[in-house]
Amino acid sequence: MSVTVALSQTPIARVKKMTDLLGWLLICAGVVFFLLGTLALIRFPDLFTRLHALTKADNLGLGMIAAGLALHSGSIAAAMKLLLIWLLIMIASASVSHLIARTAHKTEYSREHNA
Amino acid sequence: MNDLYQLAALILLATVTAGLVRIFIGTYGVARLLALQLFGTTAVAIVLLLSEGLQQPVLRDLALVLGLLASTMSIAYVRYSGVKSDTDRPGKKND
Repeated sequence: MSVTVALSQTPIARVKKMTDLLGWLLICAGVVFFLLGTLALIRFPDLFTRLHALTKADNLGLGMIAAGLALHSGSIAAAMKLLLIWLLIMIASASVSHLIARTAHKTEYSREHNA
Repeated sequence: MNDLYQLAALILLATVTAGLVRIFIGTYGVARLLALQLFGTTAVAIVLLLSEGLQQPVLRDLALVLGLLASTMSIAYVRYSGVKSDTDRPGKKND
């Protein structure tokens, strides 16, 4: 056992390395989700499909980046603040997308596109 | 290692720039708010990445404030765009 520890790093250093790696994986996945969200905004044909893609991809991407940064931050307080930021953004984004969809549904936008 | 955070922030900035093109091309009215909403979320992610990359924990508070302010413009646009909310009664006085 002591030979294994001597050959590799100490257990704590290995855990730290794996945490860092996991954090980078989460951050990369988050960036990919943001890229897909922007692609959807550019490529999708009308407001409701764009809204559908955007709200999900955005919040998941931010959540992944926040989780990755929380793993890198190394303190509980910072991780809790990142979680708080993500929750706030999710609440705000859900309300705003609801408002946008309702306004588009009630105004000339839906009439012109569905008539 | 810190350069990687800034690289990720730069990629996100590029996606925001590409998304802002959507405001000028192919949309009108309330649909333009979608790109702004994407911008708000991405700005928070960029600031969070920079706070780790530049070793500035204060920037997390900035991200919190940005997240709070990102939705206000959309809410104001919707509120004053002339659409009645479901709770408005026909006989209710405007004060």
